[in-house]
Amino acid sequence: MSERVAVRKTYKLFIGGKFPRSESGRSYIVQDSNVVLASRKDARDAVVAARAAVKGWAGATAYNRGQILYRVAEMLEGRREQFIALGVPAAEVDAAIDRWVWYAGWSDKLPQVYGGANPVAGPYFNLSAPEPTGVVAVVAPEAPALLGLVSVIAPAIVTGNTVVVAASPAQPLPAVALAEVLATSDLPGGVVNLLTGRITETVPTLAAHMDVNAIDLTGVSDAELAAELEVKAAENLKRVLRPAAADHDWFADPGVGRMTVLLETKTVWHPKGV
Amino acid sequence: MFEYAPAPESRSVVDIKPSYGLFVDGRFVDPVDGGSFKSINPASEEVLAEVAEAGSEDVDRAVRAARKAYEKVWGPMPGRDRAKYLFRIARLIQERSRELAVLESLDNGKPIKESRDVDVPLVAAHFFYYAGWADKLNHAGFGPAPQPLGVAAQVIPWNFPLLMLAWKIAPALAAGNTVVLKPAETTPLTALLFAEICQQADLPAGVVNIVTGAGGTGRTLVEHPGVDKVAFTGSTEVGKAIARAVAGTRKKLTLELGGKAANIVFDDAPVDQAVEGIVNGIFFNQGHVCCAGSRLLVQESVADRVLESLKRRMAQLRVGDPLDKNTDIGAINSAAQLERIRELSEAGAAEGAERWSPACELPERGFWFAPTIFTGVTQAHRIAREEIFGPVLSVLTFRTPAEAVEKANNTPYGLSAGIWTDKGSRILWLADRLRAGVVWANTFNKFDPTSPFGGYKESGYGREGGRHGLEAYLNV
Repeated sequence: MSERVAVRKTYKLFIGGKFPRSESGRSYIVQDSNVVLASRKDARDAVVAARAAVKGWAGATAYNRGQILYRVAEMLEGRREQFIALGVPAAEVDAAIDRWVWYAGWSDKLPQVYGGANPVAGPYFNLSAPEPTGVVAVVAPEAPALLGLVSVIAPAIVTGNTVVVAASPAQPLPAVALAEVLATSDLPGGVVNLLTGRITETVPTLAAHMDVNAIDLTGVSDAELAAELEVKAAENLKRVLRPAAADHDWFADPGVGRMTVLLETKTVWHPKGV
Repeated sequence: MFEYAPAPESRSVVDIKPSYGLFVDGRFVDPVDGGSFKSINPASEEVLAEVAEAGSEDVDRAVRAARKAYEKVWGPMPGRDRAKYLFRIARLIQERSRELAVLESLDNGKPIKESRDVDVPLVAAHFFYYAGWADKLNHAGFGPAPQPLGVAAQVIPWNFPLLMLAWKIAPALAAGNTVVLKPAETTPLTALLFAEICQQADLPAGVVNIVTGAGGTGRTLVEHPGVDKVAFTGSTEVGKAIARAVAGTRKKLTLELGGKAANIVFDDAPVDQAVEGIVNGIFFNQGHVCCAGSRLLVQESVADRVLESLKRRMAQLRVGDPLDKNTDIGAINSAAQLERIRELSEAGAAEGAERWSPACELPERGFWFAPTIFTGVTQAHRIAREEIFGPVLSVLTFRTPAEAVEKANNTPYGLSAGIWTDKGSRILWLADRLRAGVVWANTFNKFDPTSPFGGYKESGYGREGGRHGLEAYLNV
């Protein structure tokens, strides 16, 4: 009896909840697999999908967003072996799962910790509350491929932002596998959009895009490129998160900074009276 | 309209020197490589004083003085003692409030009743508020031991000269930073009086440095490599240039920029209160307010009634001598600003909107612009899209709440918005949907040191005021 022939996987982009190939038809080889080489047009399509998803996701209840992020952790737990097979160390997969759980719990707590009533000197009700900034472009760290990716996506989306993520060019397979997890976690299409390929090709388009509200440069290791991207981002005053230090410890407590930098504070006043 | 007798505030309480140096390292010094310029009273065009213009060597000296003070004195000082200096400054501002108010009105052109009742009291309140944070930073919600950034470069505008100084300096010092501040070139005098107050408070030398000058001085300051933090309030155009200038550096940036706020009036709003709010929204401080309610969105069914009442109210506004206690609208801050207001107003008429101003006698000397409204404005008109920064209101109408949201958000800005309605659920529904950092419901242009202020989108980023305002000056 002959040995069974394996069914190989096609690694594709993740845009608007679907898995398209690049409109450019290009790919590059990583770990013996063809991976999509996303184009500038793919990046723009991803922004359109992310923008379309903002209203529903930002308008969802915090309880609902928290449950969906927790669902991501459940799905990732179930596919633990798949990520290990792709070369992700078991401890990193576990940390990535735990990170989804950690951020899931923040959805309905951050507005309490980061907002609140302000005791103004007058007869006014005055309340500050955080809101998502909108569409966020994210450059994932080159490594650790899975934990780093989760650590930049989860804090952006838990508060109601939608993201276009440029995955690590050297290790895109865990990123595409994570997209498959997200696609089966009740996360609405377009909340997370994932591009594989060259940072230098897609990210300048995202940095200059007038319908992107913020850019997270965490994974940009070339200081000159980071400065160029920041200059482009100034055109519509995107909120900018600068590159992470090379020795950043992704296993440490992440703190709230990655969430708060992508939030706007809205303060509402109303007089008190009879 | 009955006549008022003039009720001018005396300017004898202020001792304006013929010339001012730069305030560097605790002393007033002559510029090394700068020049000088004149600050005038915009209500009379009279020269008030000659002021030093800092060159790049002067800016460098100020930054070095601030660095030295940060490392040797202010950084190591316990928060408890920093607090006491800030409380001292707050008290001195209260004690010298009359002097500050008169000088502000002279240099800026704003009515004395605003500088006396709004600006200066808020300045003192701001220092009081942040003084109390200086020894409580560990409990501010930014982790166990948040650290200051170092030297802060701060560039402020001319519309609220002393208040913007307070918004910048109070949180910076409370968090443990030292500052180099550049006031606007048309309104440097109250900042220089504030420097005297720092001396009077025995604030250690170099903690606060004031470098006067124009845009070039500001650019040199924000581009100085010895600066760790840049805070700017002003135009969106300059804000973007600063964002580009600090790209790739370690400098933390906060920006408070332009606005084109919608003030939305529904058919169930009490008309008289709404009209007071509209007037306050656009004519407060001559409309030189980044959060001014410069686009009135009024529900079609009540538009005629609201406009009739608004025009009647506008005819009562008293335009003239800023030092007169009866004055509602003072002088436009500068000839250049007056020119910009005129140019945009002419564009409004040329593009087909209908212009109206009450009969209004304007003084012969100085810079003046009568309160003006435009009706029949569409969203495509320049006066509906560009910040005029003057006493000019563009009136648009809407039919449904959804249309009001759509029109209100149809701008690259997102600083503030107003809502006038008697229906509570509608206020909350609308407040959720407006992309603006401050939403005033059944009120407008209210400010408080505990209340975070700042914009969405191209109105900038970061917040000033409240606990949020500390974040801009800490390494968090």
